[in-house]
Amino acid sequence: MLRYLLFRILQVIPVLLGTTFLIYFLVFAMPGDPILAMFGDKTPDPAIVERLREQYNLDKPFFVQYLLYLKGVMVGDFGMSFSGQAVSDILARTFPVTIRLAAMAIVLELVLALAIGLVSGLRKGKLFDNVNLIIGLVFLSIPIFVIAFIAQYFLGIKLGWFRTTVGSGAPFEDMILPAIVLGFSLYATSMRLTRASVIDTLNQDFVRTAYAKGLSRSRVIPVHVLRNSMIPTITNSAANFGVLMVGATVTEGIFNVPGVGNALFHAILRGDNSLVVSFVTFMVLVYLGVNLVVDLLYAVLDPRIRYA
Amino acid sequence: MPEPKHPIPEHFVAPFDETPVAAVDAVKIDEKKSNLWLDAWRDMRRRPMFWISALIILVVLLVSLFPTLFTQVDPRAADLEFTKAGPSDGHPLGFNNQGQDIYARIIYGTSTSVSVGLVVILMTFVIGTIMGALAGYFGGFVDTVISRVGDIFFSIPYILAAVIVMTVFSEHRNVFVISLAIGGFSWPVAARILRSEILQVKNADFVMASEALGLSRMKTLARHVLPNSLAPLIVATTLSLAAAIVAESVLSFLGVGLPAKDFISWGNDISAAQRDLRTAPMTLIYPSLALTITVLGFVMLGEVVRDALDPKARAQR
Amino acid sequence: MNGTTQQNEENTVQTDSAVQPLLSVRDLRVAFGKKKEPNEVLHGVGFDVYPGETVAIVGESGSGKSTTMHAVINLLPGTGRITGGSVLWKGREIANLPRREMEQLRGRDIGLVPQDPMSNLNPVWSIGFQVEEAIRANGVASGRKEVKQRAVEVLEQAGLQNAAQRMKQYPHQFSGGMKQRALIGIGLAANPELLIADEPTSALDVTVQRVVLDHLEKLTSESGTAVVFITHDLGLAAERAEKLIVMYKGNIVESGPSREILQHPQHPYTKRLVSAAPSLASRRIGDDPSVPTAPTSTFDLAALAEETKPKVGKGEPMIEVSDLGKIYKLRKGNFGSEDFHAVSGATFTVNRGETMALVGESGSGKSTIAKMVLQLEKPSSGSIRIAGEETAGLSGRKLFDLRRTLQPVFQDPYGSLDPLHNIGNTIMEPLKIHNVGDAASRKARVLELLDQVALPRELATRYPNELSGGQRQRVAVARGLALKPDILVLDEAVSALDVLVQAQVLDLLAELQRDLGLTYLFITHDLAVVRLIADRVCVMQQGRIVEQATTDEVFENPQQEYTRNLLAAIPGGSIELGVS
Repeated sequence: MLRYLLFRILQVIPVLLGTTFLIYFLVFAMPGDPILAMFGDKTPDPAIVERLREQYNLDKPFFVQYLLYLKGVMVGDFGMSFSGQAVSDILARTFPVTIRLAAMAIVLELVLALAIGLVSGLRKGKLFDNVNLIIGLVFLSIPIFVIAFIAQYFLGIKLGWFRTTVGSGAPFEDMILPAIVLGFSLYATSMRLTRASVIDTLNQDFVRTAYAKGLSRSRVIPVHVLRNSMIPTITNSAANFGVLMVGATVTEGIFNVPGVGNALFHAILRGDNSLVVSFVTFMVLVYLGVNLVVDLLYAVLDPRIRYA
Repeated sequence: MPEPKHPIPEHFVAPFDETPVAAVDAVKIDEKKSNLWLDAWRDMRRRPMFWISALIILVVLLVSLFPTLFTQVDPRAADLEFTKAGPSDGHPLGFNNQGQDIYARIIYGTSTSVSVGLVVILMTFVIGTIMGALAGYFGGFVDTVISRVGDIFFSIPYILAAVIVMTVFSEHRNVFVISLAIGGFSWPVAARILRSEILQVKNADFVMASEALGLSRMKTLARHVLPNSLAPLIVATTLSLAAAIVAESVLSFLGVGLPAKDFISWGNDISAAQRDLRTAPMTLIYPSLALTITVLGFVMLGEVVRDALDPKARAQR
Repeated sequence: MNGTTQQNEENTVQTDSAVQPLLSVRDLRVAFGKKKEPNEVLHGVGFDVYPGETVAIVGESGSGKSTTMHAVINLLPGTGRITGGSVLWKGREIANLPRREMEQLRGRDIGLVPQDPMSNLNPVWSIGFQVEEAIRANGVASGRKEVKQRAVEVLEQAGLQNAAQRMKQYPHQFSGGMKQRALIGIGLAANPELLIADEPTSALDVTVQRVVLDHLEKLTSESGTAVVFITHDLGLAAERAEKLIVMYKGNIVESGPSREILQHPQHPYTKRLVSAAPSLASRRIGDDPSVPTAPTSTFDLAALAEETKPKVGKGEPMIEVSDLGKIYKLRKGNFGSEDFHAVSGATFTVNRGETMALVGESGSGKSTIAKMVLQLEKPSSGSIRIAGEETAGLSGRKLFDLRRTLQPVFQDPYGSLDPLHNIGNTIMEPLKIHNVGDAASRKARVLELLDQVALPRELATRYPNELSGGQRQRVAVARGLALKPDILVLDEAVSALDVLVQAQVLDLLAELQRDLGLTYLFITHDLAVVRLIADRVCVMQQGRIVEQATTDEVFENPQQEYTRNLLAAIPGGSIELGVS
């Protein structure tokens, strides 16, 4: 187990370096003046251009630039946005909101996915399962922004059950609708995964042996079937963080949730590419961290890895 | 031996005519030939979902190749008199906020989505196969390097990476670039899937038998290992076509997709219709519907293909 | 259920009217598949099990032996269901019992020891947890301390050492034998009156098998538990059970006292089984030279063994292995690695036309030697000479040419053929790789080979998934012969096959050896099979050859204790047989 952990941590380091390098490379190694390119077709304020040049150390050779940038990232300095704000301040303000949104969404979709996936798997081939599968496929096919607009329109505007945008401070009730939308985008894959694991587990010999021991159905299903089938779903949910972040970007943008995704959304729209790069870097770091936690989670859930 | 507490069993023999004994291990040849691909095809043919998805995909392809068959209206023609006007003669779905015909824009937008989708999966499949095969079959250092590189690309959610690429290449946004942006970061998934399958297949006895014959490693990989490992990748590729179409629309929605002045894209239209959600929701819903149905077609195909190729499902047939 | 009953003249059937059968199955029918098109797999099976009796149900795969007992406790897989007949437990009908009542019955009245220890324990719960839940569910004890205590007792009785500590461990930390003991403990935890043992030891090494079965016998006879063994091994059945039930394709073809059936089989199928069962035949060869009746000589292994085998030492040395060794590096603990000596100091010679058997349990190193001989792995030390030529350091062209002289046949029929290539192409592949002949002559050779292995020519355009296990192995043999090699290395080539099919393939191999002058290196864990086909034997234990001699010498006069243990462990080895 110790070896497993250390190994995983060691694996992250080159990936970390690689991804930050890749992002940096994409933006700054291109021919032409990267700072001007960042502004696209807008005319930049010369003072800001100067500050940015300094910030990104463009007078120094590329590798040194990158290392300085990396050093900044390590201490939590993610640079500045075009409007002069420190990215780390923006993050400090917005990240907690996004975490709340993500947590709500994950809890919602996991509970639903595990429950429905379990029932569907147990009743494979029957009416519930077939209907559920089709609904699942449809959900899988609707892109998240479409779900968001439909929810906004029908539940917010037409029925008036929810506010269509989130107020300042992100109060809980306002976050319900975006959480539902975000959860929905993840629900279909989690449910299908649960269902597949349940069907797989039901075919395992040890389930039949459990019955042969004299255990009742109400014991075998939760203790043996569900317990084993939920491992792939839970670990997948967490590893799905990439999808979650993209979903959060769109959802927060549409519902105006004051989180990281929203900031990124508007930065993209505005063309504030410095901010975009910093945010993406941050998200990648979080993603790598989450993956590490997922691997730990795996060890907790599966003793074969714990006591290899 | 202890005292029998129970009756000594009788010696029973079943009548020979009721229990005829067949020759040992006789060869039964069915009229129908059977192998993985034949069986998969037969299985798919029987399912209604296959035909529905085939129909949708066929229509989508036709529309993207021959838009003029479906509408004579110019999708770019904007007449501000008709802003957000409802359906009328010759314009079944009405007009968007620029006065353009929604139906025509949906028709012409199809080829954009489909082209991006096809280029992306071509890239992902080719690169993913090569990388995954080399990593899985040769293992060792090659595997470590490829897997680490793959991890690096994998760690950046491909949409975000595409955002960056499209931002950097803002001068050159076209189908090729956007496909590169999406595909360049989705190949690791394909490589992983193939590698995982190859790791299992390469231990099979028939692979060892070929090696024992002196077949070179590359030829063994190409002739025996790879063909038997492709099934899960094929399933994933079908689904990634759908994902690529969605990705293009998300990028367009965020404003870093194909520029609206040069390309007609559903994502652009949906994005543009956002602010009219309250007043003219249908301008948003129609392109969304087109997008959803197209994606659904490919998702259903992926589902049917997966069931047809899945060894566990086949074993139960 | 009408048939001829044959009564043994010496005994009269004793009916003690006070003793009722525990389990009474009458005309049981089971089907699988959709409701509209059911596929019947049991066609009216009937038998009784009395208290304290030990019964064995014997049959090959597809005979319905497991299906029968699974139907009794209503644990048929998938779409299986009872479609007719009755199952009486102590006089009470249980064939379509409601779920709750069946749950009560299982574990408490009827216990099960399942077949494969690897897959029958849930990997995410500790062994102790899985034993305790059986105890709790069957009302054997209650309250945490009592349940735990009883669990420890159960495991200790089943023969598990250090039960109290071991309980906290997880299944993947147990060896196969330990897992099986845990499963036996679980099956007996509630002191059921009937225990179903489904191939309880087929996944274990032969020496472990004997110990586990002896232990099981002791437990069940002490507690008076009736046992139903499900097995494919006639020898095991004869040794452990008083009553034998022979099943074939969903029917009982013969049943009665086990010794009687083995000595006087009546039904043609039983006769086949008896004459083909290696463990029994091996005992018989020395005893009785007269040829027992059998439908065709194909199954007459005793006669086969009788045929004049080529004298030991015939022909020049084909394989000369000298001081061969192989070391693997194993990961140990968190960061170290240690050397694992898979093979050390192996020396033997195989002459042309001979069959040399490498026998040993799992981990003995026999497969590793096979791989080294086939040049699939490099030896760490020692040398291998094939047809007089040193193989170490051979590379490129010479190695390629060498491969034409020795070909493998591997164990797993389901993995030995590429599913995407048709049979003809598979057999032709060696010819293509080594550039032998042209398209026409290659096709002709393929057909010739199919004839040689007794497979119909039409198979050339078919695919592996249309063939049975035995047929696939024959294709593998055909492919092995394509280049007219001198040596075939058969690595557990028949171990995964049913007994009759195994006999057929062995017969084929013997015939081919005679006709083509082949040399065989035969790797197996089954000593009984060795007796039938090998001229010389190397007994291996933990990487070393502990005994090497002719087959007769090893069987009649084993020198080493390990060899003696292996021989003693052959199920049914101690049974004397007559001839009908």
